[in-house]
Amino acid sequence: MNPQRAAWLFLAPALLVLGVFFLLPVIAALVLSLTDYDLYALANIHNLRFVALQNYWALLQRPLFWSALGHTVYFVAVGVPLSMGASLGAALLLNSPLAKCKPFFRTALFAPVVTTVVATAVIWRYLFNTKYGWMNYALNALGIHPVDWLGDPHWAMPTIILFAVWKNFGYNMIIFLAGLQAIPLDLYEAARIDGASSWRQFRHITWPMLGPTLLMVGILTVSGYFQLFAEPYVMTEGGPLQSTTSVLYLMYDEGFKWWNLGSASAVAFLLFIIMFAVTVLMLKLSRRGEHPDGAPA
Amino acid sequence: MNPRLAKALINGLLIGATMVALFPLLWMLSVSFMPPGGASALPPPLLPKHATMSNYRELFVHAGMSRYLLNSLLVSSAITVLSLAFNLMAGYAFAKLRFAGRERLFQALIGALVIPAQVAMLPLFLLLKYIGLVNSYAGVIVPGMATVFGIFLVRQYARGIPDELLEAARIDGAGEWRIFMQIVMPLLKPIMVTLAIFSFLAAWNDFMWPLIVLTGQEHYTLPIGLASLAREHAQDSELMMAGAVVTVLPVLLLFLAMQRYYLEGLLLGSVKG
Amino acid sequence: MNPAAAVHMRRRPVRGMLMACLLTCLTLLGGCTSSSSDDNALTFWTVGREGEAILKLLPAFERAHPDIHVKVQQLPLSAAHQKLLTAFAGGSTPDLSQLGNTWLPEMVALNALEPLQPRVDHSAVIKQGDYFASIWATNVIDGALYGVPWYVDTRLLFYRTDLLKQAGFDAPPRNWAEWRRMLATLSNPQRHTWGILLPTNEYEQLMSLALQQDEPLLRDGGRYGNFESAGFKRALEFYVDTFKLHQAPAITNVEAGNPWSEFGHGVYAFYLSGPWNIGEFRSRLPAAQQDDWSTAPLPGPTTAGIGSAGGSSLVIFRSSRHKEAAWTLIEYLSQPDVQQRFYDLLGDMPPRRSSWAGGALRDDPKARAFREQLENARPTPAVPEWERIATEMQLVAAQAIAGQLTIDQAAVEIDHRVDRILEKRRWVLDHPQAASGSAR
Repeated sequence: MNPQRAAWLFLAPALLVLGVFFLLPVIAALVLSLTDYDLYALANIHNLRFVALQNYWALLQRPLFWSALGHTVYFVAVGVPLSMGASLGAALLLNSPLAKCKPFFRTALFAPVVTTVVATAVIWRYLFNTKYGWMNYALNALGIHPVDWLGDPHWAMPTIILFAVWKNFGYNMIIFLAGLQAIPLDLYEAARIDGASSWRQFRHITWPMLGPTLLMVGILTVSGYFQLFAEPYVMTEGGPLQSTTSVLYLMYDEGFKWWNLGSASAVAFLLFIIMFAVTVLMLKLSRRGEHPDGAPA
Repeated sequence: MNPRLAKALINGLLIGATMVALFPLLWMLSVSFMPPGGASALPPPLLPKHATMSNYRELFVHAGMSRYLLNSLLVSSAITVLSLAFNLMAGYAFAKLRFAGRERLFQALIGALVIPAQVAMLPLFLLLKYIGLVNSYAGVIVPGMATVFGIFLVRQYARGIPDELLEAARIDGAGEWRIFMQIVMPLLKPIMVTLAIFSFLAAWNDFMWPLIVLTGQEHYTLPIGLASLAREHAQDSELMMAGAVVTVLPVLLLFLAMQRYYLEGLLLGSVKG
Repeated sequence: MNPAAAVHMRRRPVRGMLMACLLTCLTLLGGCTSSSSDDNALTFWTVGREGEAILKLLPAFERAHPDIHVKVQQLPLSAAHQKLLTAFAGGSTPDLSQLGNTWLPEMVALNALEPLQPRVDHSAVIKQGDYFASIWATNVIDGALYGVPWYVDTRLLFYRTDLLKQAGFDAPPRNWAEWRRMLATLSNPQRHTWGILLPTNEYEQLMSLALQQDEPLLRDGGRYGNFESAGFKRALEFYVDTFKLHQAPAITNVEAGNPWSEFGHGVYAFYLSGPWNIGEFRSRLPAAQQDDWSTAPLPGPTTAGIGSAGGSSLVIFRSSRHKEAAWTLIEYLSQPDVQQRFYDLLGDMPPRRSSWAGGALRDDPKARAFREQLENARPTPAVPEWERIATEMQLVAAQAIAGQLTIDQAAVEIDHRVDRILEKRRWVLDHPQAASGSAR
């Protein structure tokens, strides 16, 4: 018999799909990013020129790229810690032996995750409406001036971050919860006998035991948050004053609104490189953290 | 800390967090029954004074929502069925069939996970344009027919199948395909359910790719239709909320009915990775 | 394992593969058949608000032409450009479409549009001489006609007659000097009242001022920017000064919120905008205030009444298989009485003089300034890159408003950016052999 052949036949459909509709386009994107594929090339392929790294060079000189990158980094740098903090907090609450009705709370807190971004973004747009939104109504009750959440360039991104945290925290909460449940209970038992406070238990048992989970969740969340697109597309259309234009939004506009596919592919690859670098950096930093010399106090 | 106080604090916080998580969804449901303009009042009303179905009627009669709903169902179901078949076969092969280069190939696939899907989107559009699949259901379905994540999930699960079981079947003269259909598939049922829910939810909620590849209204899926409505009818909040309900409710119900499988799969796909 | 089993095994996966392929093909087929269903309908794409109104005009058309069934797709304005281009790339363009006249050059560059001159020559309805000349001209690219103007748009002044009168001005401004005086009198930043609202993220206002100048905005056949010309700098200076003198707040249209009620409350005395706002002000301002506002031709450096020639045209796509039917619909929508009904429904102004000669438009005092200015409107440069150029122009102008750039620096910067945008166009124009494959 020929088990090799059987294996390849089992693999063939999936590999074919991934090869033709993912791998091939990725390679093509790299090639495309070295050309000036644009409206004229769309009209007539003879208008296509090889431009080497010019797209990348031009992008690095474009203020819009840097501001889009800035907004994306802002979203990641503020959104990821907030999101993971909320997830961890919720998981700790759910893991507490004192919590009641755990399955209900777990389901309720997870519900936003399975909803459609577009639909919930529509809801948030109205919750944060300047005039009739609940958010400003609540602030007003506290005596705080209404905020033009989605209309003010300073507030639009924080509003989108709040939305993303609300939408996503349940996912990591489940993972953290599983991580917490995997910590042996006798560790806590021993700490309690030593008279350690809840905070010290968290600091010296929970946190280090969760370490690997935290790192993995962190990397996945960071790369997910770098791909910000649907939220600004629905909530602000990248505005006001392009203050919520993310890198992917720029790629979308550049590629499908203006049909500068060459330059848009360069945007996509730059994003990829940045995401890759950040992931490697996170892995490196975490390894240094594990090193005995740098042991946390 | 006083244990009773701690208990009250923890459960209080949980209730608070749950309210934050659910309030937007409940409010969406409530506003969707308000007459046009009903939500634009101060203080913002919690419940409709006179509940009305007019927003839903408007959506389905005039805004073409029934078409979007059917499109979403069709596209998501097709992606679910096809990707399930392809991922199962591939995941099983990676877990249980021996062939040269298996580990290296698998690692290459996992490595490909770091490439964001958007990198492929621009040339993929050109490719589909060349094949003639732009603005068709197939244009949305075809790229989703296999996923690295799905293959990975199946492989993780299928590794638990005892080799002796398969060997015994082989000795009995069963072909590989029959082994797969009659022995492996029944064992993989739990992961099939999980993967099916995952694929369906992901396909249902997908936004960027359908937005790019679907140009004609008649092919719009719900998220695209809703986003397009939201740009045209930004001021009709009640209508938009009804649209959001139609978009969210099916997946929410699916999740509620099958959450055990879904959450298990989520853990299998991440923690054990 | 015995050979029989091996054979057995070898065949079975093949059957599985076949099944999978079959399934795939079925889905693909499903996609294809449904995309080509409803084959005989005439597909018509509209952009923005026009879609709603057109649905009310169509029943009469379909009654008169029972063999033609029209399917309207409404594209949101902010997504329309992307949809049109992807539709072209994907070969799924509609039969006919509404097309903003600044987008026309792009579609022509793509060779996507059907030339219409032969049809116009034989038309009993569409008479070129009846159309405002500059609007018609925006549809002519390199000597060939690609669109029939559907409605027109030129930006001019909405103003509060009562506020001007209180300040001692009996008539709207006729030139920049008068305008500046009025703006100065009517602005009071301490009390949060301003002469005019010029949202810093809209390019139409500055563009209108720039088009009043004698110098063209691009030079050498659209190869280079001409924003360092004395004329553009004059327009930019006037524009930026309005902010520097605190006669307009430096805010975007998002921050401005509801401009109509603010105008009604007297926050702004002038508002530089287009025809659709006649309808907006009529419906949004209370009845008692309807006599307190009017419209006036846009003041220029010396005379008033020159502005941009904007609007939308109706175009037929080259790939359409229903060109005759599409043309029939275009002729129907071009009839003066239909255009008058269109105006009633939406406030979109007709591009033909005869459509203005009857109906609600004839005696509407608030439309008169538009009618006047349309005779002297000027088209924007007909290059595919125009919208990007205008967007960049405004981004730089916003920096000048913020005080980051002087007028001269801003002009240099705009030219710099525009020249970069036009690089590919220059190359294509200078290498005609490269483009010889196209039918242009």
